[in-house]
Amino acid sequence: MANKAYQRIYTQLESITKATVALKATGVANDELAVVDGKLAQVVKTKGDLVTLQVFSGTEGIPTDAEVTFLGHPPVLKVSDELSGRFFNAYGEPIDGGPEIEGEERQIGGPSVNPYRRKQPSQLIPTGIAGIDLNNTIVSGQKIPFFADPDQPYNNVMAQVALRADVDKIILGGMGLSNDDYLYFRHEFESAGALDKIISFVNTTEQPPVERLLIPDMALTAAEYFAVDRNEKVLVLLTDMTLYADALSIVSNRMDQIPSKDSMPGSLYSDLAKIYEKAVQLPDGGSITIIAVTTLNDGDITHAIPDNTGYITEGQLYLRADPDSGKVIIDPFRSLSRLKQLVIGKQTREDHNQVMNTAVRLYSDARNAKTKLENGFDLSDYDLRCLDFAKEYATRLLAIDVNISINEMLDTTWELFGKYFSKAETGIRQALIDKYWPN
Amino acid sequence: MKSTGKVTGIVSNLVTVLVDGPVSENEICYIDCSGTRLMAEVIKVNGKNASVQVFESTRGLKNGDPVEFEDRMLEVTLGPGLLSSCYDGLQNNLTTMTGVFLKRGEYTEPLDRTKLWDFTPIAAPGDRVIAADWLGEVKEGWLPHKIMVPFAFQGEYTVKSIVPAGQYNIDTVIAVLTDGNGNDTDITMTQKWPVKVAVKGYREKPRPSRIMETGVRTIDTLNPIAEGGTGFIPGPFGCGKTVLQHAIAKQGDAEVIVMAACGERANEVVEIFTEFPELIDPHTGRHLMERTTIICNTSNMPVAAREASVYTAMTICEYYRAMGLKVLLLADSTSRWAQALREMSNRMEELPGADAFPVDLSAIISNFYARAGMVVLNNGKTGSVTFIGTVSPAGGNLKEPVTESTKKAARCFYALEQNRADKKRYPAVNPIDSYSKYLEYPEIQQYLSEKVTPGWVDMVNRTKNIIRKGREAQEQINILGDDGVPMNYHEQFWKSELVDFIILQQDAFDPVDSVTPMERQEYMLELVIGICDRSFEFEDFGQCRTFFNEMINLLRQMNYSEFRSEDFNGYQEQLNNLISNGK
Repeated sequence: MANKAYQRIYTQLESITKATVALKATGVANDELAVVDGKLAQVVKTKGDLVTLQVFSGTEGIPTDAEVTFLGHPPVLKVSDELSGRFFNAYGEPIDGGPEIEGEERQIGGPSVNPYRRKQPSQLIPTGIAGIDLNNTIVSGQKIPFFADPDQPYNNVMAQVALRADVDKIILGGMGLSNDDYLYFRHEFESAGALDKIISFVNTTEQPPVERLLIPDMALTAAEYFAVDRNEKVLVLLTDMTLYADALSIVSNRMDQIPSKDSMPGSLYSDLAKIYEKAVQLPDGGSITIIAVTTLNDGDITHAIPDNTGYITEGQLYLRADPDSGKVIIDPFRSLSRLKQLVIGKQTREDHNQVMNTAVRLYSDARNAKTKLENGFDLSDYDLRCLDFAKEYATRLLAIDVNISINEMLDTTWELFGKYFSKAETGIRQALIDKYWPN
Repeated sequence: MKSTGKVTGIVSNLVTVLVDGPVSENEICYIDCSGTRLMAEVIKVNGKNASVQVFESTRGLKNGDPVEFEDRMLEVTLGPGLLSSCYDGLQNNLTTMTGVFLKRGEYTEPLDRTKLWDFTPIAAPGDRVIAADWLGEVKEGWLPHKIMVPFAFQGEYTVKSIVPAGQYNIDTVIAVLTDGNGNDTDITMTQKWPVKVAVKGYREKPRPSRIMETGVRTIDTLNPIAEGGTGFIPGPFGCGKTVLQHAIAKQGDAEVIVMAACGERANEVVEIFTEFPELIDPHTGRHLMERTTIICNTSNMPVAAREASVYTAMTICEYYRAMGLKVLLLADSTSRWAQALREMSNRMEELPGADAFPVDLSAIISNFYARAGMVVLNNGKTGSVTFIGTVSPAGGNLKEPVTESTKKAARCFYALEQNRADKKRYPAVNPIDSYSKYLEYPEIQQYLSEKVTPGWVDMVNRTKNIIRKGREAQEQINILGDDGVPMNYHEQFWKSELVDFIILQQDAFDPVDSVTPMERQEYMLELVIGICDRSFEFEDFGQCRTFFNEMINLLRQMNYSEFRSEDFNGYQEQLNNLISNGK
């Protein structure tokens, strides 16, 4: 039986949908790959003899007498140091005109790290952006998405963060990337002279959506090779995870599954978690950090995709256009880095925590003052000072075009406290006031 | 004779098996996937076809693969050594697994079989005993771990023999019991129990009558949870559910803590592994890890084992409760468990209930919460399981099936609020929407007036009223403007801000402020209420704001200082001066 598992050929399809085909076959393994009429497909369901295959590039033009060959293994990626500097499609095939990769074949979507073997993430990744470093510090081994409306410059910010971050490898997983954005990333990486430490897996909008489902697993299999086998610090960029989830819903819909909230599959949480939880700090020094993009529909974070993402990731970074400063800022209210407490005040200055919280509280007072103003009320002296503070805080610290060290961020915030508020109004612990209050 | 079968269908982790003999609901089976044995549980039977949920990835599984049924339900092994352990949802010991990655089909022993325990007998030959009676005890860390008559035993037994005090491993026969028909049974230090069945073996389950301190002011002062009580914490992501749960785990006044990380982030569990061995239990001065068991089935581990993980955790709690101990179970998050149920229900193509959840979700949740409680054991001693679960409502909307079902089952409700979290007012528990039904229990009211101070519950209710009035005042100010309302509206508003900043808000990362013992909570509440009871004269609202800001600042400095330390008293004196000058 076992020998016959390879090269079984069938030529009779029972049914065809836009994303799947079904046929009668035996000895088929779950998750196994097959080729249907020259297109790659994967087993997603068996019921008796009836096998359902998900065809990655879509079923257009597949006839009922198409030739189906089972390959006897799930999707794999060949891994070796040769991956560095290369661009691949969703199947792990080079798209940069370079030679095929020689290396060990690894199944993608492999097992999880034993939680007990994980180490606590502990290394700060500085980005120079105060909206991140000051308010939402990122730590290696963390997973965090940008939540942004489609018109925000999220890919630019992500490229900037990646190039400033001190890591050994950057792996880009592009899902439904527009061709322009793909070329933008390529250009940014090349002109930074960082191409040799970058590996890209790209599915553009020109390619079929279901193919996207392979991209995160391909990117993370490569990441695990460098992090586990080579003990390197790896940063994985995934953009755009909303398009990934859309592809999931297409497949589940074609398989007649009952949709849950927002017509997403009921397993969306587990599907996304399987990807994001690959972020890890390993015992031997290697790490995988994931920065992703989840585009929102008009800022709606209650939609199933951002909602499930928020419960899985260790925080989120909101991009928002701020009319007062005229800049794109990282919104301090909804943004959060859950791991920041691991480094704040430990790898940064002792006043970091209180300075951060106080500034955000005062910024929130400014928001209340603004509401009062909009409702046509007189503003108190305190309200006016809050508004002035907020404008300067947004321009000098929250804007995404800031690039300063964390100590400079803290000093700037103290300067603003001293300029606009009394010591009591800040409510900061006395010992810190004594030490840092500007004279 | 055990039944066997063959795989006939696979959709993700739902596998259909054609069975050749009898099979029961929730029976465990093993599927042979090219030499790797995958554990699975029967969740539906239809004729000769059993639907089983597989606790592992089904990659590579084929139709025709053989299945062996085990003729038992999912069980846990109970015995000394559970504390300080870290298990997955099926009670595999994660610490003894090899390799960085979890290997499919690797199942490890939950308890160390070689370790020797100092056994002291409690029962004597000739004693008449029933299930859950204590036969002896060993020291597990500093806790007296009772070796009991197995819970599954029915009727009365006579102790035939029991070993003398000494060192034994868990497999040693420590006693022989004789049943009514004269049959002898050997007793070791371990027993097995099916996780989905509640452990009985107690005399009665009275109403809770004591408070379990957590050191978190917004819980202990405003909406306390009873020892043996149930509570839940719903909240959108980013509102501090996990920080609050960890705070309770670190500070909760319990002898045993079981934490079930159900479908949540692995790094949160790592935080527990890293911090707990270092941290000291404020009540006993021992290492926190010594009283803690972790059940960890993170979001990337197999979905089907999520459900198992909360039941495994509860069964371990019930086991320690039967020893007369105070046990606290924290489950984060029960929504993930409900989602796991939904995934399976969808795959089985069942008719869905609200939001595609299974229709019996509510019944499943309330059955689970009902397993908590304070019990009077057969020997008259008491034990308790206090249960606090978190809920992750989809879209932060509390009108969703899991939150609604849980609200029916739990007695305490700690609503985390996005608005408070946005303003960094942590813990972001909404003081008005949250409630503790225990405050209405006469026995709890009496306990509080004896334990804390007479009239305590009245003072708590007055505090809530100050917050309510402050909200009303704030709404009026927002509508009419600062100048459009009488001065006392500003005063009302600022009094509620005083309560908010000093009592409700608490810095979970500050070594002093993070834990507030009840004595200190009483002191601070009396101080704050004392200020709120005064009426002040202000010339304008600006003066009012400045005055309260200064008071809040001084009281916050007090919160950050050691209780009754020189600093603390110094700030108090400044505060007194400020108040007497402000009159």
